[in-house]
Amino acid sequence: MADMAARQVDPGVESCQAGSADPSDEPEWTLVIRPKGRWFDLRLRELWQGRELVWLFFWRDFVAMYKQTILGPLWYLIQPLLTTIVFTVVFGRLANLPTNGLPPFLFYMSGTVMWTYFASSLTKTSTTFLANANIFGKVYFSRLTVPISTLLSSLVVFGIQFLLFLGFLAYFLIQGADVHVTVWALLLPVEILIMAGLGLGLGIIVSALTTKYRDLQYLVTFGVQLLMYTTPMVLPLSSVSGKWRWVMIANPMTSIIEAFRRGFLGAGTISALLLLYSAGFALAAVLVGALLFHRVERTFMDTV
Amino acid sequence: MNDTVIQVADLSKRYRLGVIGTGTLSHDLNRWWAKVRGRPDPTLKVGQAAGGSSPSPVGGDRVPTSDYMWALKDVSFDVRRGQILGIIGRNGAGKSTLLKILSRVTAPSSGEVRVRGRIASLLEVGTGFHPELTGRENILLNGAILGMRKAEIARKFDEIVAFSDVETYIDTPVKRYSSGMYVRLAFAVAAHLEPEILLVDEVLAVGDMAFQRRCLGKMGAVAKEGRTVLFVSHNMAAVESLCSRGLLLEGGRPLAMGRTTDVLDAYFALVGTGGVQDLALREDRQGNGKLRFTSLGFRAGHNAGTGDVVQCGADLELVVGYRAAPNLKNVSMSIGVNALSGQVLFVLGNEMTGTAWETAPQAGCMSCQVRRLPLAPGQYPINLYCEVNGVLADWVQGAGSLTVEAGDFFGTGKLPPASHGGLLVDQQWGLHGA
Repeated sequence: MADMAARQVDPGVESCQAGSADPSDEPEWTLVIRPKGRWFDLRLRELWQGRELVWLFFWRDFVAMYKQTILGPLWYLIQPLLTTIVFTVVFGRLANLPTNGLPPFLFYMSGTVMWTYFASSLTKTSTTFLANANIFGKVYFSRLTVPISTLLSSLVVFGIQFLLFLGFLAYFLIQGADVHVTVWALLLPVEILIMAGLGLGLGIIVSALTTKYRDLQYLVTFGVQLLMYTTPMVLPLSSVSGKWRWVMIANPMTSIIEAFRRGFLGAGTISALLLLYSAGFALAAVLVGALLFHRVERTFMDTV
Repeated sequence: MNDTVIQVADLSKRYRLGVIGTGTLSHDLNRWWAKVRGRPDPTLKVGQAAGGSSPSPVGGDRVPTSDYMWALKDVSFDVRRGQILGIIGRNGAGKSTLLKILSRVTAPSSGEVRVRGRIASLLEVGTGFHPELTGRENILLNGAILGMRKAEIARKFDEIVAFSDVETYIDTPVKRYSSGMYVRLAFAVAAHLEPEILLVDEVLAVGDMAFQRRCLGKMGAVAKEGRTVLFVSHNMAAVESLCSRGLLLEGGRPLAMGRTTDVLDAYFALVGTGGVQDLALREDRQGNGKLRFTSLGFRAGHNAGTGDVVQCGADLELVVGYRAAPNLKNVSMSIGVNALSGQVLFVLGNEMTGTAWETAPQAGCMSCQVRRLPLAPGQYPINLYCEVNGVLADWVQGAGSLTVEAGDFFGTGKLPPASHGGLLVDQQWGLHGA
């Protein structure tokens, strides 16, 4: 380090520079900027320091959204309602597909509400870099604060839709439909956590890749729709057999939706193994995502 | 107070020029498929593939160095606490890249920067402002993005609002603000950052005069509190009045560093080297050709060196080279200085000012000295006009262009803005009671 000062462009101009030649007796450097960071560095401390930003971004999105639309949160009710009605009519009435003996309306709505949280978390976080290029290009803060705040926004929407679902559930219970809430309903927080992990992990993986390949943006919207059909959204796991069963099991959202239905409607496959698989998948996605994300954030301004 | 707060060592930043990543997956897949089949890369421009320099999609090491552009190359310097370092240079010299690396928006390609203390970067005012949010809400959001804690923002909130002059509209969405109000609010937030090190990029180029002065004053005050400022600017006058040290970058390399005045001299010498216009080959001219202008050059007296960039109030010498037929009589020369609109601002002429040339050598130059150039910052196209014995000999319109940068014309430390019109006039003011 001692030769650093000697490499001054014009060392003669200011004599005091000689004094800085020996930094050993000075306090530690608080920040060192290097070409490459370490691979396995999640930079959680920075994220923790940016926790206020997470809330502020969350609050900003919420306020801005609320100010711009007249119907506001009402849209969050219309969307799952319409989807559920369409599914009930097309798959339930016309195609007469099995629903594990559950009322088709509740069956499809439970799937829709759960899937929407995962899908919206994934698609919204997947645009992190491109949508925030103007801010990211001007100032540094922990970039992960943005997708995490997105996750919170999606959670609020999920909350609203979940309440809607509970309302219909109560109505069906009063009507005496063959549904019952079981103790497995207590797994909901775990299910949400796994879904959040899946949405965040896959979302930031895509967001990191979209800085180089813009096509992925379109692929995501399309791919998420295709993925939906490999979950028990339309067909319960119990009525699928053969190799398609394996395709369905491979989708980490399958066990979540099944467990949710078992908890709140009383029919569905619940398997510790499958849930563990989903949790492991989510954890791996978040880890890989965070590493890729940190990798990309260092130079993405050069390619955007 | 002799400690170094920023130490930049051999910092380099390389950008890729060639088509390495083409931006879309289908292109990259195409290139990969072409490579597999041994066909030329379909995304390369014609002729580019020759010479085996086809860049490989992986393994950047095999790519020839010509595909790279060094935005910064081997930059090393130290900044000590409380210094205001002005970073100057021409467009593309690497100033902004340097600030981006220091503010961690992008990573360097090699080298290292060591920093002691909290850095706040101000590469733009109003980063993250949301149009739907009110002024109050945006102060909170913008402050946090710039690195302030919530409690810190709350503590300084009233001060920020007062500085911005938008108290009345603080609960109005900023999309209803005028651009001036918007900028004032944004700068007010930034000005109340209390980092140990502040990086500023050209943000002073916004807002009206009074506000700009306030901003400059605030930056000076920041440094007096023992904090360090790195200031990138094209406004040489601001750099001169504000900065204790300067760093001149050219082509990504540091060209000079040291006392501001020395570095400014180096800058003016640098930008001046291309300042001589060659007029010999110009076809768009009128006149009988008894005398022909061959060149137009400027020499600024204030800072050493020649240049077509001068400061307001600097002493300027215009030098016109020519070739002429032998035995000319009564040479009358005029130099017209125009506004960009084409309007003539003033004409310099030898006859009018009592310098008659009864004849002229066959080759040489005519020079005209202007003391304290009375031009506001801006671009001024120059016309050359010469009569020999009352007959037009040569007339070249737009022979060159004079670029004037803000300077202290009145000697008051206040800089005339371009908006005040083209000409600066000496003046004395009085205030008399009735």
